This record gives sequence, C-alpha cells and structure tokens, in this order.
Amino acid sequence: MEPVVHLRAAVALLGRFPALAGIDLDVARGEIVLLRGPNGAGKTTVLRACAGLVPVVRGEAIVLGHDLRRDPRPVRRRVGLLGHDTGLFDDLTVVDNVRFWGRACGADPAEIAAAMALVGLDGRLRDVSVGRLSAGQRRRTSLACLLARRPELWLLDEPHAGLDHETRDQLDVLIGQAVEQGATVLLASHELDRAESLAHRVVELAGGTTVALPTHASGVSQAEVPASRTPEQEAPAPSSPEVTHVA
Amino acid sequence: MWRDAALVAGRDLRVELRSRVTTNQVAPFSVLVLILFAFALDPDRQLLERLASGLYWTAVLLAALLAISRSAAIDEADGVRDALRLSGLDPAGVFVGKAAAVAAVLLGLEVLLGVGVVVLYGVELAGAGLVVLAGVAATVAVAATGTLYGALVSGLRVRETLLPLLLLPVLAPVLIGATRAFEAALAGVPADGWPWCGLLAGLAILYSVAGALAYGTLLEGS
Repeated sequence: MEPVVHLRAAVALLGRFPALAGIDLDVARGEIVLLRGPNGAGKTTVLRACAGLVPVVRGEAIVLGHDLRRDPRPVRRRVGLLGHDTGLFDDLTVVDNVRFWGRACGADPAEIAAAMALVGLDGRLRDVSVGRLSAGQRRRTSLACLLARRPELWLLDEPHAGLDHETRDQLDVLIGQAVEQGATVLLASHELDRAESLAHRVVELAGGTTVALPTHASGVSQAEVPASRTPEQEAPAPSSPEVTHVA
Repeated sequence: MWRDAALVAGRDLRVELRSRVTTNQVAPFSVLVLILFAFALDPDRQLLERLASGLYWTAVLLAALLAISRSAAIDEADGVRDALRLSGLDPAGVFVGKAAAVAAVLLGLEVLLGVGVVVLYGVELAGAGLVVLAGVAATVAVAATGTLYGALVSGLRVRETLLPLLLLPVLAPVLIGATRAFEAALAGVPADGWPWCGLLAGLAILYSVAGALAYGTLLEGS
C-alpha cells in the first residue's frame, strides 16, 4: 500500500537555512510515528513540510498521494496540524472559533458540536472568549478545530504541552480512536514517556539536517499493531516502539 | 468562492462587534478629524462648506487606514495565516470576504461622518443618488485596495507605517474622483459628477479583480 507520507532526500529551506537536508521518511496508513530529537533537529519543519506549509525544494515529497513539490494545496485540507500556534481569534468565543474553522473545512453543525463535546468544550467554556482562556483551554479549542476537520493525517507538534493530566489521557484516546478509523499520526514531542507509549514507531532526527529512517525496510507498519487493541488500550499502553537511530 | 467570502466576512464582522474597536476607537477618531478641520477653518465658514467634500473623504481615508490595519491584524494573530492556508478556503473568497467586511465598516463610518459634515460644516444634502452611488463605488475601491495592501505588508515589522505609505498614493485617484463627484452633487449639478462616479466604479472593479487574483499569492508568500 502507498505510504501516507513518503519523503526521500527531501530538502526544505527556512530562508537560506536548510532546515531539512535530505530527510527520508515513510509513514504507512494507520501508523503513529513519533519524531524525536533535540531542539532544532527539524521535527517541526518535517510536520510543516508534510502539511504543505514549508516548501520542499529538492527530493521527493509525496503526502496522501500528492506531490508536494508540484502543488501542496490538495494536501492541506486533508491534514490537521496542531502546532505551537493555536490559529484562534481571541475576540471570538470558543464555539465561534470551532464553528469558523469547521465550516471552512466543510464540517456540518453536528460534526462541529461533536468535536467540541469530545474535548469537553460543550459546557460553560463554549461561550467564553478565547482571549480569556488558559493555555491548556486554548490548546483544547485548537484540538476541537482539528477534530472538526476530520483529517486523514494528524500532524501533532508537542500535542501534550499545556494540557492537564486528564486532558492528556483524553488526547491519547482520541488519537487512538482516529487511528482506528483510518487516520495516520505523525507527532513530535519532548514528553518521551507518554509519546513513546503512544507511538508504533520512533524516528530519531538529529542535527537539524539528517534523519534516520527506514520504515518499511525495517518492517514496521500497522501490521505490528494488534487489531484487537482498543483505543483505550492503545493510548497509554506501555508498548515498546521500534526506534530507528540516526547515524 | 461566495460561500467562503460570506464565512470570512461574517467572522471579521463578528470580531469587530466583539472587540468594538470600530465603535470605540475608529469612529471617535474619524469624528475628531472632522472637528479638527472645523477648528482649523472655522473663521471662514464659507471655505469650510466649499471644502467639505475633500475634507470628508480625507477623513474617510484616515479612518480607512485604521479599519484596514485592524482587518489585516485579524489574520496575523497566532498562526491564523497558516490555518487559513490549511483550511482549503478559496483565497479569492477570503479576499472578497475581508474586503466586504471592511466595506461594511467603512459605510457605517461614512454615514457617521456624513452626519458630522452636515452638523459641523453646515452642508446641505443634495444629489442623493450620485452621493450614494459614488460613495459605494469609492468604498469598494478603498476596501479592495486596502485588503490587498494589508496582506502585502502583513508580517512585516514596519507594517503600521508602511501601509499608509504604500496605500495612500494608490488611493489618490479614488480621493479625487469621490471628492469631485460629491462636489458636483452638493453643488446641484450632478451631471458633472457622473463621469467621476464612472471612474470610481471602474477603479472599484479593477482593484477588486486584481485583489481576488493576487490574494492567493500574497497569502502563500507572507
């Protein structure tokens, strides 16, 4: 089966600086892959490149069957990026924000309401201005926006940052459920215990320029995830993901 | 495109309603400009009345700069631009929606300033048809150009000072056309004003089409 993410010798520039210099990465459908590495390793750039936000200038970059180098726009609507920035409007309420981004992606009112309920924003927080929310509540609002768009590829940059313990568990469950429904997840995190227990596979980035990779060559795929695992089991399960180290 | 435009216009207007920047800051500022003109020219009431059209549109343009900056700032906050690129919204729709929201705000301000001109400058209204049509055409031209230039300077550290420097020269033909059309209407010779109204309509179409075509590129580049 065609990988959801296929990067080969992919080079991406941030200004003149090569944020990615020849990265190789394959992610199969239904996989949860953790990008691990020190600050500046290129984790965020990989996620943004896969979203079509950072142009890949050399190499191969195919996401969801589309060549990012040719035209990234068909990919963008099918991915969901939870990054450091929330993409929210402070003057609007939580429901206004989720409704705007949900409708922008073609979600109907029921899907928008369901997304808010999944992250517990259907109560008293619903009509609160985003500018008055805590960092964790803003993060949950961003997550609701992501859920409303029902992405095929989840790109999560430090997804647990700013969330309380309960919401982190809830997020892990949501990720597991999304994967059960056919989504693919690529995440970057410094909270390794939690992220590694969530991931099927770990890819180590280093130096900001190279990546370790082989994916299918090393035989890791969704086939390694027991089909009988429930999302509840899958999320915090103390599994041992395969780790590919950079040379 | 129209669905996206309606969605974006609704969002921008909702942000304005909630933040009340227009009602609490832009509107008082524009009225203050009219009052300052009146103070400066008060000894010669006839001069004030004769210059009313030009002063009115100068005040509108100054208020428009604030409204346009505000509109651009909505999409600069906290990753909104990336989210817009990921949303799949048609860039032309985003442009039309933002320009429509700016135009709606400006029309409200123009009505307020119109009342101010009548009260403060003693102008008698005449040629309502020409005034309304020329006003709408000029407003569309200002909103379209402002939205385009707002996106152009978006993300730059000097955007607040750069925007008027870039925008006002481009809007000079609109200022001239709108002033002449209003002068003709208020002088009771609307026939002299219709060619200027035609010019304004042409500029509105030109700027709107150019903005719709260019906005996607600006969204990607910023």
